[in-house]
Amino acid sequence: MLPAGILVLLFFLIPVVIVIYLSMTNLASANFTSNLSKMEFIGLENYRILLNDQFAKRIFFNSIFYVLFTLSMFNVGLALVVSLLTTHIPRGAGFFFRAIWILPRVTASTLYILIWKRMIAEAPFGIINQFNGLLGLPTYNYAADRPWEFVILVNGFIGVSFGMIIFTSAIESIPKDLLNASLVDGSSLLQRIRYVILPLLRWPLLFVVTYQTLSLLTSFEQILLLTNGGPGLYRTEVWSLAAYHRALSNYFGNAQWGYGSAFAVVLVLIGVVLAVIYMRVFRFSELVAEPKVEVL
Amino acid sequence: MEVTLENLTKKFGNVVGVENLSLDIRESEFVAFLGPSGCGKTTTLLMIAGIYKPTAGAIRFDDRVVNQVPPQDRNVGMVFQSYALYPHMTVFDNLAYPLKLKKVPKREQVERVQRTADAMGIGQLLDRRPGQLSGGQQQRVALGRALVKEPDILLFDEPLSNLDARLRLSTRGEIKQLQKRLGITAIYVTHDQVEAMTMADRIAVINLGHLQAYDTPEDLYDRPKTLFIAGFVGNPPMNFLNVEVRREEGAFKARNHAFALTIPPERGEKAASQSGEVVLGIRPEDISVAPEGELEGEVAVVEPLGRDDLIDVRVGESVLFVLADPHLRIRAGDKVRLHVDTGRVQFFDQKTEQSLLWS
Repeated sequence: MLPAGILVLLFFLIPVVIVIYLSMTNLASANFTSNLSKMEFIGLENYRILLNDQFAKRIFFNSIFYVLFTLSMFNVGLALVVSLLTTHIPRGAGFFFRAIWILPRVTASTLYILIWKRMIAEAPFGIINQFNGLLGLPTYNYAADRPWEFVILVNGFIGVSFGMIIFTSAIESIPKDLLNASLVDGSSLLQRIRYVILPLLRWPLLFVVTYQTLSLLTSFEQILLLTNGGPGLYRTEVWSLAAYHRALSNYFGNAQWGYGSAFAVVLVLIGVVLAVIYMRVFRFSELVAEPKVEVL
Repeated sequence: MEVTLENLTKKFGNVVGVENLSLDIRESEFVAFLGPSGCGKTTTLLMIAGIYKPTAGAIRFDDRVVNQVPPQDRNVGMVFQSYALYPHMTVFDNLAYPLKLKKVPKREQVERVQRTADAMGIGQLLDRRPGQLSGGQQQRVALGRALVKEPDILLFDEPLSNLDARLRLSTRGEIKQLQKRLGITAIYVTHDQVEAMTMADRIAVINLGHLQAYDTPEDLYDRPKTLFIAGFVGNPPMNFLNVEVRREEGAFKARNHAFALTIPPERGEKAASQSGEVVLGIRPEDISVAPEGELEGEVAVVEPLGRDDLIDVRVGESVLFVLADPHLRIRAGDKVRLHVDTGRVQFFDQKTEQSLLWS
């Protein structure tokens, strides 16, 4: 308990407290001096500004859109499909396909994004456009025309591996007898997935949905590298990227550390609220209920 | 439903699970597959259930070859060693699951589940989950789930292994009664010969993927066809001695350097037809400690079993297991004389290990 408590304190609670404090100051490169005591405490002023920020609403809904689609289609959806498929084929083949799906995760982000950029580049350079040309299809400027599709694809391909590993190990730890019993009881392979395997994956599903929601909410480096929040004004800007832009990489050269921290604090709040909701939806307390055995 | 296995073979890569297994199971018969762990008995059962596909050979249900029939179309009920109850479903849902898959109307499902549950004595537990049941209750749910769809064949994969000794005894009787009453063809896999002997109409003894014998419990015990069966069936195991059997002055004598036994003519004649040494087999309960006994030996170990004492007696170079009356108060080191019930001795060929009496 104590060692874990120290880690939580050191790497979560203290940073959160610092960020909350920073979010209530006007600290920015524009008014920064080496004398930190000159930093002004301005209470909730940053949050008032944020509420009235004309782009905040758009960025907020961008984030929801991005998390919802990437999570449901890839981090959970495709992860589940890949694990179910690779556990129903010969073991070696299953390993092989899962290994392929891990590649995006273990490839360095910059390299990975460079590959994608080559793929979707404008004609005549982009690989997809090359194929379009060969097939007689029109060519596109994907980065400008379809930024969201590619933001989700790029992040989704990375996100599959996590859920895939968790789900695969959960499926493989279901007792063989149980799987055989359901076939003898009369289910087809699909019915077995529907009535036996999926219900038994409730715990890992809860875990992957919760963990991946939070990790998608805070992930921004692929978007930063792929579109940098563009094209245009904030087309694919998500909340965590906005926090980064405000605090550390402002276009105008004025890093608003205080204001950026306010963005980050809002993200922490959203994360905590979502985690609590997930616990309720998946009836966490029922999963750890006491057994009721009286007689042998 | 009759079940016929014809030259059934299952290989996992290069590993042989079962090889050339042929046997037939009659309508309403209760057959036990008996053998040590890893002998291929469960593999055979899973092939009959349709979980594994045979590498070669055929499985027939009545006249229909079912090799390629998927499990859900075989109408087989199975009870697993681990019970394999669905942990996320209540007892009711566990029992209703096979009916739901058969698309039985909802109302009939409820009726049949209730009827089966009452027959199994678990009617009051329908809203529980398996995790909230004792081992014995889970066992009944598993049996109920196998029976609720009114299967043509019942398969048991060591269903009693996880129960305590007392419960095992009573459940043994219940399963046998139930099977006789319902008249469902049943196959029961076990490594426990007491279970096989007490429950089965016929026992298939399987070892290393091969069928060693297929006979009634009485025949396996009293008329073993091979040395393996004689040694495998019965606990404590049969004693084996090398002897020469000859006709001497009108009587048959089995001799070695330590003793000579007079053998009744119907057994002696067959044993004497073999020249040279043969293996004599005699069960521990067919030897008794008696002052006028033909054999003399020294007691090496005494193991009290309660009803009997199992004593190891050194006779010449061999050691015999003997069941003795505890009231005799035999101690290790005692000299005893043993009487052999020669009407019950077995004889086997040393090389072929086939019985000289029954093959």
